[in-house]
Amino acid sequence: MRNVLCVLPLLFLAGVSLSQCGGCPAGADAGCVSPEPCGDCFVLSLAALDAPNDAGGGIDLVWTVAIDTALPDSMVLERMGSDGQWIPSATLTPIDGRYTDNGLNNGEEYSFRIVPFYAGTAQTPSEAVSAVPQKQWIHTGRIGMLIILTVISIIIFYYIEQGKKGKDLYIRMIAGLTAVEDAVGRATEMGRPVLYIPGINDMDDIQTIASMVILGRVALKTAEYGTALMVPTCRSVVMSVAQEIVRESYLQAGRPDAYQKDNVNYITDDQFGYAAGVDGIMVREKPAAIFLLGTFYAESLILAETGRSVGAIQIAGTAMPSQIPFFVAACDYTLIGEELFAASAYLSKEPKLLGSLRGQDVAKVFFMAVILLGVLSATIGEVWAPAAKLADLLRTITNVE
Amino acid sequence: MITFVTGMIMILQFFVPATQTMGETIQEWFMIIASAAIFLGTINLIQVHMHKVRYKARNWKYSPVTLTGLAAMLVSGLFFGGIEQGGAFDYMFQQMVVPMGATMFSLLAFFVASAAFRAFRASNWRATLLLLSAFIVMLGRVPIGAMIWHKIPMVSEWIMQVPNLAGQRAVMIGAAMGGVATSLRMIFGIERSYLGGTD
Amino acid sequence: MATFIEKLGNTDRRVIFILMALAVVLPLALRMNLPILIDEGPSKDHYDFVEALPEGSRVLLSFDYDPSTMPELQPMAVALCQQLMTKNIKIVSMALWPMGVSLGNEALTAISDSLGREEYVDWVNLGYKTGGGVLIVRMGSDIHSVFPTDYNGYPIADMPIMDGINKLGDFDMIISLSAGDPGIPAWVMMAGDRYNIPIGGGCTAVSSPQFYPYLDTGQMVGFLGGLKGAADYETMVRAELDDAPPGTATPGMAAQSVAHLVIMLFIIIGNIAYLSEKKRKGGAK
Repeated sequence: MRNVLCVLPLLFLAGVSLSQCGGCPAGADAGCVSPEPCGDCFVLSLAALDAPNDAGGGIDLVWTVAIDTALPDSMVLERMGSDGQWIPSATLTPIDGRYTDNGLNNGEEYSFRIVPFYAGTAQTPSEAVSAVPQKQWIHTGRIGMLIILTVISIIIFYYIEQGKKGKDLYIRMIAGLTAVEDAVGRATEMGRPVLYIPGINDMDDIQTIASMVILGRVALKTAEYGTALMVPTCRSVVMSVAQEIVRESYLQAGRPDAYQKDNVNYITDDQFGYAAGVDGIMVREKPAAIFLLGTFYAESLILAETGRSVGAIQIAGTAMPSQIPFFVAACDYTLIGEELFAASAYLSKEPKLLGSLRGQDVAKVFFMAVILLGVLSATIGEVWAPAAKLADLLRTITNVE
Repeated sequence: MITFVTGMIMILQFFVPATQTMGETIQEWFMIIASAAIFLGTINLIQVHMHKVRYKARNWKYSPVTLTGLAAMLVSGLFFGGIEQGGAFDYMFQQMVVPMGATMFSLLAFFVASAAFRAFRASNWRATLLLLSAFIVMLGRVPIGAMIWHKIPMVSEWIMQVPNLAGQRAVMIGAAMGGVATSLRMIFGIERSYLGGTD
Repeated sequence: MATFIEKLGNTDRRVIFILMALAVVLPLALRMNLPILIDEGPSKDHYDFVEALPEGSRVLLSFDYDPSTMPELQPMAVALCQQLMTKNIKIVSMALWPMGVSLGNEALTAISDSLGREEYVDWVNLGYKTGGGVLIVRMGSDIHSVFPTDYNGYPIADMPIMDGINKLGDFDMIISLSAGDPGIPAWVMMAGDRYNIPIGGGCTAVSSPQFYPYLDTGQMVGFLGGLKGAADYETMVRAELDDAPPGTATPGMAAQSVAHLVIMLFIIIGNIAYLSEKKRKGGAK
């Protein structure tokens, strides 16, 4: 009887430790995590899916882990090779997670498993799962954007066609653009050059491209009037494009002899080095008209104030919201935001371009309607379920992955 | 044609994942061209200034300074330690380029003061409202605002997060629309003046 | 009296420049210090988000600025590195601007040496590559092809810190200290929106208004705006760490405060002169 009574506690303790997979020793603190490895019970679930919205070759692996067992030092994701052997593919963090294995062949089935490691020793791996990577032809997360882009494009092309058909399209007066010819005329009368600053970004920026378009028109005017045009640039590619545009404009005006290649030059890529260089040009050459059109950052006010100090008439234009106030304060005329992109259509008065401008405005009205609908449905949706559903739908359409 | 093809590929690869590799290739080409273009600018810089020196053009005396600076940085970067700390290039960068850049940026403080003094006039109620907002934000951005009245930083933050945000969004949406329309015009060849001359 | 006031309104700008110079220099020379009070705002949001990251998280820190904006952004870089390294968060740094590499390295090595952190284990500087937004998109699918080596020329595949990091989605957060383009907008559009990675950052004061829309939509978790943002962050980091080195942004706030007051004074004088002249001309009619 005494022996049974002695053995019973031992059996009890043994039972406790066997019943808990890696349980804490008796008498341990309440927050104790068992030091015993858990083998195949650590990874609770593992799923393999074809990675969505990709060009193929990817499989997403999603797993969950047990929280009441000892944490392994690491987990290794293994993939079955063509020879039937398991090869390590990646090291994973031992928490619930997701991993994408890339570089696989489309159409081939791949098997995966996770092996937890405790103190450098591999434990029993999880069950193997399989999936087949495929390429997708439609990005499901961007369908909303496709719809919006299609609507905008239809609107813009419709009005371009209207323009081509000769329909009269009203464009309000933009003071800065109307003043371009006056500014060049002023420079001609004073016998001083025109300085054109196309911003500090490269040709991949849409504002720089818009600036180049306006440069062509300004160069045509300076060629016709016989005024010197100086175009210092901040990027080499912009310099090349500007040289070509100015040369073509002078050719078109019938004044190829007046084109000075050295007047369209590169200064430096450095933002403030460029500002210093342009300031030097302003102070030495004292241009009568300065155009600041393109992307500008902190150097905008330095350029504009220096231009003002030499007595030049200044026409500025940028779509950088943070720099517009500086130009408004320091320049005579400022093109705000999309007025810069409207310049090409405004100066040329070409029907196709005017049509696209009108289309752009109508597309904006479409956006305003969507915003208003979204705001109203989200607000009313707090108390009325159908409105909430509409708000969710709009969120889905306008969300881009 | 090149503009159309590359533009359509970039739009396509955004919506059709299977064509992503085409877009990635074009992006790699862009990176290569952008890197190579550095030489274009450097050659132009040397040509322009050598021309000024040779023909003693107006203000030609500044050109040797530019060329010497270019040569010094180029040679020290290539042959004397590169970007390693303590090398000649690093010394010139830290002792000359850094202070000069900071000096140019610091000019903004003076120009902001002179521009504000000249341009901020309460000529109508809108300008007055703008002026008052500017005062509150200027005070809210520095510790003195909180010392004057503890709610100034809160009001300043409200101005930034509500009216300013609305204005910023409006300008951003308008500019983005302008960008979309300009891009469509260029991709479809309706706008070609950026290629040279006018239509 | 009216004529005197109107003359004040036509003050030579050189006088304005001298007074501004004194307004900035004197507080710095006299070592004026003003208490930095931390309010709810983008700086605190950013700090709280980083504090909530678990130990061992991996953060991509991009130094997208140059020496001209160093006074505003370098203090942010130092305070951020201090916070990240103290919490044992791994830092993979890079630059979209050429000069950002050495400026970033300065901040990383200073804090790493003081805290005993190891390069290639706790932090690495991948260097600079041209391309901006295009580069970010490429990193979204494969970092190793974009940065096969770090800026010292060592292969990143052999580095312990890069273990398990193959693409942008493997990072727990991206922080961009940005002075322009390429910078925060590129990271938000090409990385945050595409790969759902939390984006934080720091910017110059003049750019900060344009990032409030991103904060409002949740595309950014917070940001540090200008010298004030840097001073706020320095204060919050130092509050938690007794031995954090003094920053350079906090002393600058006194100078900025006086400068703001001087500008406001000029604006008031200019408006008094303007209204006086308007009244005189209106009376003359």
